[in-house]
Amino acid sequence: MAERDQPPLHEIRPTRQLESVPDRFIPQPIVEPGHTFATITDHISSIVLRKKTPLGWYLGFAVSLVGMFVLNLTIGKILFVGVGLWGINHPVGWGFDIINFVWWIGIGHAGTLISAILLLLHQEWRTSINRFAEAMTLFAVASAGLYPALHTGRPWFDYWLFPYPNTMAIWPQFRSPLMWDVFAVSTYATVSLLFWYVGMVPDLATLRDRTKNKFGRFIYGMGALGWRGSAKHWHRYEHAYLLLAGLSTPLVLSVHTIVSFDFAVAQVPGWHATFFPPYFVAGAVVAGFAMVLTLAIPLRKAFKLEGFITTKHLENMGKIMLATGLMVFYSYAVEMFMAYYSGDPFERYTFYTRVTGPYRHYWYMLILCNCLAPNLMWVKRFRTSPMWLFITAQFVNVGMWLERFVIIPESLTRDFLPSSWGTYHGTRWDWGMYLGSIGLFLFLLFLFIRFLPMISIFEMRTMLPEAQAHGEEHS
Amino acid sequence: MSNSKNLDFKSFRARIGDLRGREYWRSLEELSRSDEFDAFFQDEFPQQAVALSRGVDRRSFVKLMGASMAFAGLAACRQPEQSIVPYVKQPQDWVPGQPMFFATAMTLGGYATGVLAESHEFHPTKIEGNPDHPSSRGASDVFMQGSILSLYDPDRSQVVRQTGEISTWSEFIAALQPVLSAAKASGNGLRLLTQTITSPTLGDQLQQFLAAYPGVKWHQWEPVARDNIREGARMAFGSYVNVVYDLTKANVIVALSSNFLEDGPGHLRYAKDFAARRRVRKGTTAINRLYAVEASYSSTGSVADHRLPVRPSQVEAYARAIAAGLGLAAQGSATENGPWIAALVRDLQKNRGASVVIAGDDQPPVVHAIAHAINQTLGNIGSTVLVTDSPEVMPANHLESLRQLSADMHAGVVKALVILGGNPVFDAPADFGFRDAMNKVPFRVHLSSHYDETSLLSHWHIPETHYLETWGDARAHDGTVTIQQPLIAPLYNGRSSIEVMAALIGGLDRPPYEVVRTFWRVKNGAPPAPPETATGLMADDPFDVMWKKWLNDGVVAGSALPPRAAAASTAIPAPQASPQQSGLELELKHDPTIYDGRFANNGWLQELPKPQTKIGWENVLLMSPRTAEKYGVDPPDSMTNERRTKLVHLTFRGITQTLPVWVIPGQADDTATVTYGYGREHAGKIGDGIGADIYRMRFSTAMNGGPGAQVEDSKRGAYPVACVQEHQTIDPRVVGERGIIREASFAEYLRDPNFAHDEEPDPSQSMYPQYDYPEYRWAMSIDMSVCTGCNGCVIACQSENNISIVGKDEVVREREMHWLRIDRYYRGNPDNPEVFHQPVPCMQCESAPCEPVCPVGATSHSVDGLNDMTYNRCVGTRYCSNNCPYKVRRFNFFHYADYDTPALKPMRNPDVTIRTRGVMEKCTYCVQRIMTAKIAAEREGRRVRDGEIVTACQQSCPTEAIVFGDLNDPNSRVSQLKAEPTNYSLLPTLNTRPRTTYLANIRNPNPEIKA
Repeated sequence: MAERDQPPLHEIRPTRQLESVPDRFIPQPIVEPGHTFATITDHISSIVLRKKTPLGWYLGFAVSLVGMFVLNLTIGKILFVGVGLWGINHPVGWGFDIINFVWWIGIGHAGTLISAILLLLHQEWRTSINRFAEAMTLFAVASAGLYPALHTGRPWFDYWLFPYPNTMAIWPQFRSPLMWDVFAVSTYATVSLLFWYVGMVPDLATLRDRTKNKFGRFIYGMGALGWRGSAKHWHRYEHAYLLLAGLSTPLVLSVHTIVSFDFAVAQVPGWHATFFPPYFVAGAVVAGFAMVLTLAIPLRKAFKLEGFITTKHLENMGKIMLATGLMVFYSYAVEMFMAYYSGDPFERYTFYTRVTGPYRHYWYMLILCNCLAPNLMWVKRFRTSPMWLFITAQFVNVGMWLERFVIIPESLTRDFLPSSWGTYHGTRWDWGMYLGSIGLFLFLLFLFIRFLPMISIFEMRTMLPEAQAHGEEHS
Repeated sequence: MSNSKNLDFKSFRARIGDLRGREYWRSLEELSRSDEFDAFFQDEFPQQAVALSRGVDRRSFVKLMGASMAFAGLAACRQPEQSIVPYVKQPQDWVPGQPMFFATAMTLGGYATGVLAESHEFHPTKIEGNPDHPSSRGASDVFMQGSILSLYDPDRSQVVRQTGEISTWSEFIAALQPVLSAAKASGNGLRLLTQTITSPTLGDQLQQFLAAYPGVKWHQWEPVARDNIREGARMAFGSYVNVVYDLTKANVIVALSSNFLEDGPGHLRYAKDFAARRRVRKGTTAINRLYAVEASYSSTGSVADHRLPVRPSQVEAYARAIAAGLGLAAQGSATENGPWIAALVRDLQKNRGASVVIAGDDQPPVVHAIAHAINQTLGNIGSTVLVTDSPEVMPANHLESLRQLSADMHAGVVKALVILGGNPVFDAPADFGFRDAMNKVPFRVHLSSHYDETSLLSHWHIPETHYLETWGDARAHDGTVTIQQPLIAPLYNGRSSIEVMAALIGGLDRPPYEVVRTFWRVKNGAPPAPPETATGLMADDPFDVMWKKWLNDGVVAGSALPPRAAAASTAIPAPQASPQQSGLELELKHDPTIYDGRFANNGWLQELPKPQTKIGWENVLLMSPRTAEKYGVDPPDSMTNERRTKLVHLTFRGITQTLPVWVIPGQADDTATVTYGYGREHAGKIGDGIGADIYRMRFSTAMNGGPGAQVEDSKRGAYPVACVQEHQTIDPRVVGERGIIREASFAEYLRDPNFAHDEEPDPSQSMYPQYDYPEYRWAMSIDMSVCTGCNGCVIACQSENNISIVGKDEVVREREMHWLRIDRYYRGNPDNPEVFHQPVPCMQCESAPCEPVCPVGATSHSVDGLNDMTYNRCVGTRYCSNNCPYKVRRFNFFHYADYDTPALKPMRNPDVTIRTRGVMEKCTYCVQRIMTAKIAAEREGRRVRDGEIVTACQQSCPTEAIVFGDLNDPNSRVSQLKAEPTNYSLLPTLNTRPRTTYLANIRNPNPEIKA
């Protein structure tokens, strides 16, 4: 009888009496204690609805506008003069353009992973970060999309890559991985946008209801699609969201897999490897989480969101960064080993050059950033310290860029015929385009945090202990 | 009309009077460029002028544009008015859209090489060699190929100038009269300065002129001097005879600093004859052997079986050592490399009458005399060495000739100087002070294609016609005469030397056609043509029948100078005081692409990578790695890998020039080599101010350099160099394990002919289905054994396929556009490695990596198996280029093609699209030529015959290293070459199955000499 009175095991809450259980086994709350439904709604919506825009926002937005200016200047110049402004040359047909494309696409991955896969895996802590992670995905895809569109010699004919009906009955060439890219990336962008938007509908309704501004009410009202919070709405919403999550999940794997085909299908030594898909996906996830941390840590500080994005979130992200970072490290090792073990002289020489050639510094930096730096995350003190997490994330951001540099242009500088070997350097226009795309990303991000709820209000409410019982049954 | 009173009608009339025939209409346009003419025009025809100045409505705009389009073609009709005769190929008459070929000749250094010029609607567009011409035998070199661009060079001088002001030919003739009368009266004051002249007509004119004005002196100056050859021949044979080599009979060839495969009259023929004895095919039992002694790599040295890098001043000692070995009384023999020389001598002795020793143009006369003596001793004279009279009108020592002229000019004796071609102010020896001497001559005339350094210092400048614009004649290396016929009326009212001489002789404006034809009529005993037929041919006139044949063939049959019995003196002069042995020796050579500087404004030749260094756009100081290190100017790899190097100060006899240093293996130690011809100040937009002017350190006592040079690091940091192949090609380990170069000695080949053979690739390993080629399978075979790396194919391709130049900055950024490149690899000891030249066009793979990766299908597999590029479908992702293992694809990073310069438009091959920005391009196997032949074959209901299609690279190649044809025809030449055991493909492991394959390089080292 006494045993029957015991609550089920999973309902046992840690109490003061269990002194012997170490802290790390005690689950941390997702929302800091003290928050209620009202405080959550107030806090998050007030960031958007308050009249006075903080000075810091203006400063950040100004920086992003400078980036946008650089971007527009670069794009204008490139459209008028040609992609010769970049450092690409005869052995190296792809440089910063494709490095940055892959870098941005990779960054986008964390958003989808957080929203879709973690949702399906019932990782509730994701709720605090999924909205802006998804936004980040979207903006990263926007920045990424600039590159393939503008890297072509004649960008005004880019539409030829789409299978549109035309009088000459000419179709794209479907054997080309670039074609696969077109579909993969456009699907990814579409699904990410839908997922982000659908997830935001209830919050837009909240904003509509709370804003005192007529114009805002109209705009948010349009976005809210007549959301009234009826049970039917909620029912359909849950279904739609789950379906979209299901749709997005394979995309996390497929997009970067297909991006990796751009290289794996080609026969350039250093590109042509069958294990590129998992290697690239792991790289994308580590890059994405690094970028989420890069954004979350300052935002949390600036908007006093420590209550929503808690140390637990940061720590979890640190753990994922460590895990995927180690996968990337393993990939590098496999890449090197296979080059040696294949006995292929071209492959061997390419990897030999990575370590000893003119770009060896990039490779050493890469190992430092991607293989050594994430190991800090083994230590709890580092992975719970926002500063250390931020520093590590920066290493990974740089490291992932270097990884693409080492793979893409550097492999091209040392391919089959030594007579055609070359060198590669980005020019000021390469950097302009890169910084400009960061500017675009920040521009969109600053608009987002000013005008849309960066944390999902209604989902955060479900994280409160008072909502917990229902919440678990719902999801 | 009141305004028109102020108008200088006299000057208009003078200008109009200066024009001839059809040019009149075209030239109105030129006239109308003057402001006064505009004013006059507006006043006289106000309504038309206003129509345009007021702005145009849409309807009239369309009308005007339509008319402009219709008349645009008229400007292009520039058929010469005299009868020119097309080469044998039909159609005999002009069919619109069909090119015609005309035989004529280009001269370089005075000597003619026969060309066939392709003409589309009467614009010449392409130069080929004339198969009937003894110096060409169908091959062409870079200068011939590049000459088509020189014709259309927009910077060519377009007008007669008097002290820089625009003037006219008639005013010039008027100004000439007092000078001529003064010369007649007082004698010595008038001087003529020409380049080397082999033209019988011009020679005759000069003789007439000299006879009429006995006091006049004729001087000659050619900066790429053949004085050593002439003086050497005189030492050996007693007079200025001409020496012609017959390499088809030579088993052993010794080149003493001679680059006979690339330089000098007849080099194309020599290359062809050399290759004929070099080629290894099934059943070949013997090939020739080439020894070279030289300081810096030449094409000849790079294909030699044995090469000794030796300081230029030491070559004489080696010549003496060989002579001594053969039993001649030669003192001062080289003491080093005894076994090498002994083996060489034994080889020569074994091949008496079938060997030849050739001394280089830059070596002193005594080396030539020794070479002749050796040939005499070996019984080669009369067999491999033929002696003829000189084809030159007046063989002379040019250096002495110019020395005398300069001295007379300085002394104020010269009252008038007429310079026919050349640029002596730029290229005269530094110690002659020619520039200052010019200013002491009261009347100076310069005939020149560009308003150059010499023109600038002349009172009168006459624009010179290009050889494709005028009538003339010239002799080949063996004396064969070609009548030069124009393919186009002079573009810029130029005059030829013959016209200037005619004006000097008669004061009359005699068309060159009349001069040349009359000369040959008279020479052949025919009466001069009656005036009414002066421009046409008389069908029943026996001379005109013959003349027509000469024009048709491009050679005057039987005009070669007959070999004469001659014996070289075998007495070898005692050596001069031995030259300074220590320190840095400077070697001066003419430039392999811009020659003596005359091609400095030719963008193709500027951008062309020099055959040995692969550097374009400037001259560099070549040093061996050890020497560069010794003098502290060795650029680090971090520089050279980035197409950068150090700038050094080169000082020679008190003159310092700053130029980039370039380290090259195989260069003799303590020797620095540099080419002259760069540093032009008034060459034109392309040639101005690039490179270092080495003529400033070329002294009459050291025409080819000498000891006593100094170099010093300028410490100016990294300097970009347009080098298209970096030093990685030197690393033998990397090159060797990739199987790119396959080579063996002839002995090894005989033991194992299949040494280069690969397993046949398995087509089923491809992911995609294979293609069938029911009709044709175009393919190419390149014989590495005979490729000398001369670059003829590269420029031929550029000319045929309208390939843009990109400029030095873009080459430094690794964006050169040549569709065909010549890869250069080294093997062995860096002090004296073997060199391999490998021309790389598109491989036209059967499983082409470029095709499946193009997202828009802009590159696709043709029915014959070509990897076709569809330019207007290309969006420019560059994926194809990334995936091409041979890196033969070329991308238009910018808008490289010149769409705007009107002068260049008629030069382009109308059969080939001019590519726009953002588009990928590459070798097409000259698909336009393939299509022409296929269409012709289809109309006649037959297959394309073997040899009917000749690609541009193949056509230019002097050694016939490149063969193109159909693999579906088992009897085609290319099929047979592919069946050779030495056939191999590049990177076979990639399973790309290239259609372009190579025949392995086979050399013939002397087994007595250890490598």
